[in-house]
Amino acid sequence: MTAHGHAEPTSFAFDDESNAAIEKIVARYPAGKQASAVIPLLYIVQRQMKRQTDSAWVPRVGMDAVAARLGMAPIRVYEVATFYFMFNTKPIGRFHLQVCGTTPCWLRGSDAVMKACKDAGHLSGYGDTSADGLFTMTEVECLGGCVNAPILQVDDDYYEDMDYESTVKLIEALKRGERPKPGSVIGRQTSAPVGGPTTLLDVAGE
Amino acid sequence: MAKVTIDGIEVEVPNGASVLQACEAAGIEIPRFCYHERLSVAGNCRMCLVEVEKAPKPVASCAFPVADGMKVFTDTEMVRRARRGVMEFLLINHPLDCPICDQGGECDLQDQAMAYGGDKSRYKEEKRVVKDKYMGPLVKTIMTRCIQCTRCVRFSAEVAGTSELGGTNRGEHMEIGTYVEKALTSELSGNLIDICPVGALTSRPYAFVSRPWELRKADGIDVLDATGTNIRIDTRSGEVLRMLPRINEDVNEEWLADRGRFSFDGLKRKRLDRPWVRQGGKLVPATWQQAFDAIAAKFTAGAKLGALAGDLADVESTLALKELMANLGSSNLDCRTDGAAIDISRRDFYSFNTSIAGIDEADALLIIGSNPRTEAPVLNARIRKRVTAGGFPVGVVGPHGLDLTYGHDWLGEGGATLRALASGAHRFCEVLRNAKKPMLILGRNALTAADGATLLAVAWQIAAFNGMLKADWHGFNLLHRFGGQHGALDLGFVSGLPMAKMLSGGVDALWVLGADGLDLSAVPASTFVVVQGHHGDAAAARADVILPGAAYTEKDAAWVNTEGRVQLGYQAVHPPGEAREDWKVIRAASAVLGKPLPYDTLEALRARLVSAYPAFGHGDALPRFGCTDTTGPAGDISRLTDAALALPAGNYWQQDPISRASETMAECARTYAAPAALAAE
Repeated sequence: MTAHGHAEPTSFAFDDESNAAIEKIVARYPAGKQASAVIPLLYIVQRQMKRQTDSAWVPRVGMDAVAARLGMAPIRVYEVATFYFMFNTKPIGRFHLQVCGTTPCWLRGSDAVMKACKDAGHLSGYGDTSADGLFTMTEVECLGGCVNAPILQVDDDYYEDMDYESTVKLIEALKRGERPKPGSVIGRQTSAPVGGPTTLLDVAGE
Repeated sequence: MAKVTIDGIEVEVPNGASVLQACEAAGIEIPRFCYHERLSVAGNCRMCLVEVEKAPKPVASCAFPVADGMKVFTDTEMVRRARRGVMEFLLINHPLDCPICDQGGECDLQDQAMAYGGDKSRYKEEKRVVKDKYMGPLVKTIMTRCIQCTRCVRFSAEVAGTSELGGTNRGEHMEIGTYVEKALTSELSGNLIDICPVGALTSRPYAFVSRPWELRKADGIDVLDATGTNIRIDTRSGEVLRMLPRINEDVNEEWLADRGRFSFDGLKRKRLDRPWVRQGGKLVPATWQQAFDAIAAKFTAGAKLGALAGDLADVESTLALKELMANLGSSNLDCRTDGAAIDISRRDFYSFNTSIAGIDEADALLIIGSNPRTEAPVLNARIRKRVTAGGFPVGVVGPHGLDLTYGHDWLGEGGATLRALASGAHRFCEVLRNAKKPMLILGRNALTAADGATLLAVAWQIAAFNGMLKADWHGFNLLHRFGGQHGALDLGFVSGLPMAKMLSGGVDALWVLGADGLDLSAVPASTFVVVQGHHGDAAAARADVILPGAAYTEKDAAWVNTEGRVQLGYQAVHPPGEAREDWKVIRAASAVLGKPLPYDTLEALRARLVSAYPAFGHGDALPRFGCTDTTGPAGDISRLTDAALALPAGNYWQQDPISRASETMAECARTYAAPAALAAE
């Protein structure tokens, strides 16, 4: 039994939803090159684990299932799964708080976002999972949303322009079971300047 | 071909060769860790940096292809500085534990640090530490020493064919290992120790045993399988401490199977170190004279005599025994102690005629009743290499579901399939007949079945029918199992009564040479049994006289491998106690028996060998030959039964008296018989 009630499973089988997705993905690669599908398939394992156990992670038996499906040696799958930190090789909480700590986010206050996650989520630091099993926080490298820094990625969703207060608010909402709309929390349109667009205001025909 | 100038030396190398290969052609040694000529190129250690004219940066020579007219400099200030930088980075996380490291003295990193290492470290931060991994009873790991060259990863994936090692995690946290803790399942795992350039993978049985400069080295031949692997026997104070492969491109390349490498501790246990004579039903210690006198009393003129030569008998002593028996008036000889129905009327009926190197040329393979992976792991690696190169379909007749480390087409279990293959009715015949150089490998063990002789004839017929026997190509191969088997057949040690008759009272006195593992318990009490060998195994229990002989590490002797290659092994240590080289024992016995053999030295014996059997005069050269006479061995194909072909019984690690006496091999058998429960790290 690992922490937070998620045991290392002894077996893993793709469910119908996963199988349907795998079929589509594998068909993208030429015959004999199925091993190229290893990364999307690991994502499928992670999503299926989320559906089934409410913890998005890739157990070892899941990697074995991918290896068997793609005709690879299991170690080749282990290598990929452990290389990319997008795959969680240990169970995580229901919400994966991924704080970007790369320079632009850090300059724009990612430390405050991290502190808010710690305070509101009752986490001791990066890598920790809260006692209630709701949150796991990790530090990630650049998420590519620098214009709207700092970014907090919750599972697959980006929350942008975060600060301490908005992070606490977000986490409280998650605790209540709500899922606030992803994107900029200060209401800016995509990556346009704060307060609205300043150029291309008079587009012909509009 | 491309003309390349290396440090002013002009060499011509094939297009596509790497700069490193060109440097070697010019006789310039390039330091390297990750590059290994028998593995794919990784290019990750960066130690082989050289300067190429017009290239702005130093280039990794192992991964840089040559171009015509290229000028390469291997000893400029830029190169030296670059290599020194690489070395400094490699040493950042490498522990300075050379004094307690088993690789010390034969470590690539240590040697190259002498040339490119700094005199002091500028690294003040904490070094990383990596937890050691469990890889089974043979390979010991000290993973903090690993420099992540990935040679072991590539070896296990490419040569051994058991992809079990990999690099997990990344960057600072990258570790080489199996991820899921398990013992390596390869029969070639000992080679990981050789290819590891540092002390990360070392020999577990050899841990803290000796330093390389304390060792005396002798060239030997591994006889525990029939590949005839060239080995180096390292000894100290009369004790064998380890075995390493020697390079022989035609036989073992540079690999050695685990049984051959690790079972030598069996040479120190259960040894016959003095003569024994049975008195009043019990074996009692005796002197050589008493033993010979006891033999002389039974090996008399009127008695019916017989002799057996076993799996581990060397050529010289087998010849001496044959000539002794001839002088005593007996022609009852048999060297097929496993009961294999081998026909010695022609050499190519029982040889690996294609030759091991010839596998590289073949373009289709049919395996009958053999699992080369466990019967000859190094030869199997050769097959795997050929399969990996492509265009080499492999069909298997034998047990279903063998893991040969390469893909194969399972054709059937036995008789019915073979009949179809011999008559052309089988779908695989199409594959074989379309091939230019098809070959088949027949496992010796298959011939031990009741219809062995028929099976041999059928296998030959399959070869003949499917175009394997041509004037310039011989595709019929018998895969023997031990180093003494082919040589005894070459000496014609098969005549008179067959073994079964000799064992069931057909002779009054029986001389058993080099067959320590042979079960003689069924021999009637009326038969007087002389057992000459080195291990107190099954045969010694039934002996009336035991003559202690020398194991393969303890004598100068010739061995013939499965392809008929005659190779000399040299004495590395003395036999224990009163044991003596086997030919000397037979020579001494011949004098007591009143029929002295006409040779007093090994040279004289070998001269006699060559004059009587000229095939032994060619040294270890092996001429390639085709097959012009396709008449097969005697046997009626219609009598072939449908019985499934059986593989040798027992596990890979314990197949002969030496490996059965070995603690290391016993531990392997325990480990692999009941694999520990798998657990993720």
